[in-house]
Order: sequence, then C-alpha cells, then structure tokens
Amino acid sequence: MTAHETRPSPAPAGEAAGRPLLLAMEGVGKIFGRDTVALRGMTLEVRQGDFISLLGPSGCGKSTALRLIAELIHPTSGRIRWSDPAAQGSLGVVFQEPTLMPWATVADNVWLPLRLRGRSRADCAAEVGAALELVGLAAFARAYPRELSGGMKMRVSIARALVTRPRLILMDEPFAALDEITRFKLNNDLLVIRQKLGATVIFVTHSVFESVFLSDRIVVMAARPGRVHAELAVPEPYPRAEGFRTSPEYAAYTRAASEALAAAMGGVPHDG
Amino acid sequence: MTAEPAAAAPAPGILDAEEAQRLRARRRAAIGRWLLPAAIFVAVIGLWHWVVAANQIPHYILPGPGLVAETLVKDFGTLAPSWGVTLAITFMALALAVVFGGGLAILFTQSKWIEMSFFPYAVVLQVTPIVAIAPLIFIYVESKLVGLLLCAWIVAFFPVLSNTTLGLNSADHNLRDLMTIYRASRWQRLRYLQLPAALPYFLGGLRIAGGLSLIGAVVAEFVAGSGGIGSGLAFRILEASYRLNIPRLFAALILIIVTGIAIYLALSWLSWLLLHRWHESAVKREA
Ligand SMILES: Nc1ncnc2c1ncn2[C@@H]1O[C@H](COP(=O)(O)OP(=O)(O)OP(=O)(O)O)[C@@H](O)[C@H]1O
Ligand SMILES: [Mg+2]
Repeated sequence: MTAHETRPSPAPAGEAAGRPLLLAMEGVGKIFGRDTVALRGMTLEVRQGDFISLLGPSGCGKSTALRLIAELIHPTSGRIRWSDPAAQGSLGVVFQEPTLMPWATVADNVWLPLRLRGRSRADCAAEVGAALELVGLAAFARAYPRELSGGMKMRVSIARALVTRPRLILMDEPFAALDEITRFKLNNDLLVIRQKLGATVIFVTHSVFESVFLSDRIVVMAARPGRVHAELAVPEPYPRAEGFRTSPEYAAYTRAASEALAAAMGGVPHDG
Repeated sequence: MTAEPAAAAPAPGILDAEEAQRLRARRRAAIGRWLLPAAIFVAVIGLWHWVVAANQIPHYILPGPGLVAETLVKDFGTLAPSWGVTLAITFMALALAVVFGGGLAILFTQSKWIEMSFFPYAVVLQVTPIVAIAPLIFIYVESKLVGLLLCAWIVAFFPVLSNTTLGLNSADHNLRDLMTIYRASRWQRLRYLQLPAALPYFLGGLRIAGGLSLIGAVVAEFVAGSGGIGSGLAFRILEASYRLNIPRLFAALILIIVTGIAIYLALSWLSWLLLHRWHESAVKREA
C-alpha cells in the first residue's frame, strides 16, 4: 500500500478552496442491468476553474461518471448537486471519436449547438469563426470532415464544445486515438484555450502523463466495482508549457500517479 | 537515343513512373466503362442480324434488328401514347412510394409502438407476389388507372420504407447523445440528425424502387389485360403477341428497357449529386 492511497488530497495551496463550487457528486452509484456495478459511492467536488482528470483502468466507470454528470443517465443511488442550476445547462462535451456530422462542413458542425438554440447561421458566424480560430482551423471552415486528419477532426469537435462558451467541459478520452506528437500538441493547445476561456474541465484519460500535464486534480479510479481510489493534487501553476514535461516536478507527479494507479489496479507499484 | 542519367533527383512536375502508369490505367478504365458495353451492344446486334439473315428466319418468329428499328419508328404513333401511360403510372407509383415509404419510416422512428404494430404488415405486402393480388385489386377497384397505380406502388414502396427506417435508426450514438445534451427537440433531432443520416439509405432504396415501379406497372397491366384507351406498353405487347406482330412486340420491349435504364441512370445521378460531397459511397478516392 502506498501513502497516496489513503492520504486525503492536499488542498492546492488554498487556491481551489476559495473558488466557488460548481457541482458535487454525493455518493453517486450506478448499477446497469441487475448486477453490473459500474460506479459505487463516488464523491467529488468540482470547483469553478478546476481541471480534473479521471484516471483509471478500462471499466472503472469513468465514462459512466461523465454520462451521469451530463444527465444522459441517472444515478441509482446518491445524487449530483449543482450549485448553480444555470451551469447545468451549459455543458460542452468531447467524445473519444470526433463525432462530427459527415454531411456538414466544419463550420456547420460547430454551428450545431447554437443552431439547436434556434440561432441562424449568419447570426452565429462570428462565434463559429472565433471557436475555429481558437483551435487553429479558421482556414478549414468550408471543408468536410472527411477531408481532415484525425487530429484536425478532434479540434473541430473541441471547437463545437466551446462555441456555446460552456461553464463545464466534459472530455472522454478525446486524444486516445491520436499519435503521441499530435496528442502533445493538442494537450498544449487545450491548456491555452482553457486559460483563455476560464472553463472548468473534467477529462477522462488512460494516460498518467496526460493527466499530470493537464490537470490540477487527478482522481484515480479502480474497477470492479468502479469507484474512486485516491485523489492527487498537482499544485503546479498554469500556464504550463512544454518545459513542464521535462521538469523533475513532472517526473515526481507522474511517479506518484503511476503508483496510485498501480495500487488501484491491485498490482505492486513499480519503482519508477 | 542517349542513355538516361542513372539517378535524377525527383523534381516537381515530373511524373513518377508508377503514378503515370496508374493515371494511364485509370484513363483506360474510364473509356472502357463506356466503350466495352457499346462494343458488346454492336456485336450482339450484328450477331442477331446475321442469325436472322443467314437462317432466313421469318419475321413473325424473329425479326431482325433493322426491322425492329423500322417498326419502332413506323409504329411510334401507336406506341407513344401507351408509353406515356406506362411512364405516368411508373412515376406516380414512385412518387407515392417515396411519400408513403418515407413518411411511414419517419412515423416508425417517432414511435416504437407504431413500428411494432405495422411493420409486420408492410412485410406481408412485400412478400405477397403482386400477380397474385392484382386480380383482386382489379375486382375491387373501379378505375383501371388507380388499380395499376396501387399494384405498382405495392411493389415499389417496401425498399423505400425498409431502407429509410434503417437509415433513420443508423445515426451515430454519440451524435444522438449530443442532441440530448443540447436538449434538441424531436423535430430538431429528426431534421438535423436522422434525416441527413438516412439520406444515403433512402437513395439506395429509391434506386431499387425506381426499377420496381416500372416492373410493377408493366406486370399489373398484364394481369389487368383489357385494352381500350389508357392502355400502357404491356397491353401493346399482349396485343402484338395475339396478332403475331412480333416486330412491334420487340419495339415495345425496347421502349420498356430504355425507360428502365433511364430511370436507373437518373436516380444514380441524383444520388451522386446529393452525396458526392460527403458520403463514402460517392467519394472517389484521390491519390
Ligand atoms: N449501458 C451499459 N449497460 C451495461 N453495462 C454498462 C453500460 N455502460 C457501462 N457498463 C459497464 O459499466 C462498467 C463501467 O463502464 P465505463 O464505460 O464507465 O468504463 P470506463 O472507465 O469508461 O472504461 P473505458 O476506459 O474502457 O472507456 C463496465 O463494466 C461496463 O461494462
Ligand atoms: Mg470509457
């Protein structure tokens, strides 16, 4: 057993405590069918401006947790309390696949969330353009998704999630299918964008490195049944640039996170 | 000829040998796609002519291609109105198939209960041979035109219905979740997600339905049998066969075939027009 497993997460230097609460998961559980416990007793406080990573092995309920927050499914037990009901309707979501409409251009894909609110294309042109600008795809507004590379499609998907200026962005392994070079680039860009918008992010990942680089809080989860195993803080100031990846602090955080993950998976923690 | 330099640096504008080969092959394929069927056509017509001429087959058994063409021109005054009738029935049946097949499919996706209740009966209509129900239809339906239309529609609507239903339900799951998250209304979901997702499937069904509505229109008229005003090409064929006017029979047959091919080409073109920007089936792989 490592110290991380039971140690309560140290509050990130009194900074997070000051920020207002966005939502709280209170002992949330979800059972599929008769006896598949996808998630058990998950408690999590999300504060405005948090970048939280859910890190864990396959099947530990990470996607289930996101779907619960997005209200695509409802808890079997416990509840999710939103401190500000207005924020509840202000959600951006990015899935593992880009999930674009192949029949629509890049700009029209980004337009979708606004279109669903009854806004015309001309009316949203500026917002759509700004969102595409943010992800660096302004030049591709009129392209069709099939003409883009995997990384570019993912950027469009992010632009679509951002276009409504959501209070909370949920991302479910958005970069898992991309090569490492593209992933690093998108990680960097994501932090820059997040900084600009001041959004709150909950980010699901399999990658220890990704979670440490991106987040200020890492929630390590365990499977069978899905549950929160430990929470780690990464009290490293933003903006974090490429240099952070090679710093000794980064190495220390990844070691701690790897150990927590190994413990969550029931294996012996490797000596990093 | 002088010897070529052993290794030249690749320069832009110089075609790679492999690429040049590929381009040539593609150009040949593009020409062959039209040229080969045309060559076969000419060969078969030639063979047909030769068989008739060499064996001196009488024209009331097998007319030569020249005589058929001549008859087509000579009898066009008689055949044209019938052709018009067959065309009218075919296109009306196709239009009805689109309206009812597509409409029913949309209704089905709005309510699982409606789908469960009625889909089996659509299958019943589909599996019952049209020649078997046509006589009944002509007994109960006063107007011959309406009867023909009904028969052609029954044959044509099922591919539209089943394909569109499949298409409407084939929308990406994550996109559906996205619609839920953004609180899309039923109508928005249909308009922005399900209908575009169903389009390629619908067009596939439409292409099948186009041929079937022509077949339905012809077959039903064979069953209806009676002549008079408002008779289609099928009646002209029956009439010609009673009178052993075989050249005219062939001429009528040619009109039907030409119609079928034209419908197929037109619907393929429509499909390409609507899908070529985005759908894999209509996208030519470049490079
Ligand atoms: N709709 C469902 N019906 C039945 N079981 C489900 C459903 N969704 C998830 N599960 C089960 O719940 C458990 C947790 O699933 P979940 O998708 O949340 O895992 P995950 O952590 O996202 O895994 P991965 O990293 O592979 O995406 C799994 O055992 C899964 O089989
Ligand atoms: Mg998952």
